[in-house]
Amino acid sequence: MAETNKKQGMIASILSLPNDDPKKTIIVAFLLCLVCSVLVSTSAVMFKPLQLANKEADIKKNILAVTGLLDESSDINTLFERFEVKVIDLETGNYSDIDPASYDQRKASGDPEQSIKLSAEQNIANIGRRAKLAKIYLLKENNSLKQVVLPVHGYGLWSTLYGFVSLEADFNTIGGLQFYSHAETPGLGGEVDNPKWRKQWQGKKAFNESGELKIEVIRGHVDFQVAGAEHQVDGLSGATLTSRGVSNLVNFWLGNDGFGPYLKKMSEMEK
Amino acid sequence: MASEIKSSVVDPLIDNNPITLQVLGVCSALAVTTNMMAALIMSIALTTVTAFSSAIISSIRNHIPSSIRIIVQMTIIASLVIVVDQLLKAYAYEASKQLSVFVGLIITNCIVLGRAEAYAMKNPPILSFFDGIGNGLGYSLILMVVAFFRELLGTGKLFGHTIIPVANEGGWYIPNGLMLLPPSAFFVIGLLIWLIRSLKKEQVEPADYQIHQVHRTEVL
Repeated sequence: MAETNKKQGMIASILSLPNDDPKKTIIVAFLLCLVCSVLVSTSAVMFKPLQLANKEADIKKNILAVTGLLDESSDINTLFERFEVKVIDLETGNYSDIDPASYDQRKASGDPEQSIKLSAEQNIANIGRRAKLAKIYLLKENNSLKQVVLPVHGYGLWSTLYGFVSLEADFNTIGGLQFYSHAETPGLGGEVDNPKWRKQWQGKKAFNESGELKIEVIRGHVDFQVAGAEHQVDGLSGATLTSRGVSNLVNFWLGNDGFGPYLKKMSEMEK
Repeated sequence: MASEIKSSVVDPLIDNNPITLQVLGVCSALAVTTNMMAALIMSIALTTVTAFSSAIISSIRNHIPSSIRIIVQMTIIASLVIVVDQLLKAYAYEASKQLSVFVGLIITNCIVLGRAEAYAMKNPPILSFFDGIGNGLGYSLILMVVAFFRELLGTGKLFGHTIIPVANEGGWYIPNGLMLLPPSAFFVIGLLIWLIRSLKKEQVEPADYQIHQVHRTEVL
């Protein structure tokens, strides 16, 4: 090691230590951790704004897609201006006066102050806690409500699926279902992103005539001859648990422990 | 030097392929080969990580204490993988969503650590870098071939574009659902190994043991 001998000072003396010297081992480990942690945190901080912007754009894009407004040629932000964002109290179904921009439902779900614990029977979507307030998106045209977009989430096979369900102005007909974040098996459970499968949700009825929640993902294909087909969606082949998870989460969020009170209130107002 | 670089890039493609000869990195080869786009991005990510981790490890190889060498290698690999993951989330958001956990799992990919331990610890940085590129490309090649068959036979598409019209969209092809399940990657990789080893006989391993007749005298 001719080059190290030329250098003076501490570094040279450390480098010239035998590799199995305990002092050198500790110093090498420490320096390596220091360099690596600086590298990792720099990249995390540097890319954060871009990542957040991506995430936000992605959520907006998904809200637009679930209502069928997404148009690749137009700017997402201008399209999104047509939506009115509201925060509602899930228990009563009333609008809350909290500023929607400052409310983060995902964060609130983990906060004991801002969420409720679900009992075993209530917890069909396997989420444990549910935020007291929820952020919803209203699509209006000439002052009459066209669609309402509700955030939903629940456990599939590997991961929590986060997405949106949109309902038409009758608060019964489903306009679409879309997930923006999940980690299901690509090609199997990951097919929840498949546009063809998602299309099946369009026009399905969440509730029957007597107001009971009926929507479900079944195993195999829906038989359109059978009564109740308007409440059923094909299961994903090879992804029984993900399909069941999606079925459960839609049922949870449209049910009494989810947006049920709000939906009931709104559909009565429509009548 | 130039010829060494060439051979360290070309050799791992077929002759010393990390998947088909060394049988490393099979886990992710099963997981991300259901469609070609995911396989391509995974390939690029793994090649980048292998090349840079090999180069970095090689450049400090003379000062890595042997008692903590695996931890040192893993720390470097893990840091690089996190940086790649952050980069993907910032610049290729859609792709990173599709790959989800598998980018993070590059850390546990045996090829990366295998090259660090077997090659980068004994060779200079530039050669190690190209060795990483070569092995990454060897991995990529197999991934793309497996993904080609799985996506084509499983969904009738390539890179998301319809090649064979499938039955439930009005075509004639009934997709083979098995191709989308992980076992099919085993079949495809197995067939590939068979094909390569029947063309290149030198890759055939000698049998581990020979069954031979036991004579009475030997038992006694």
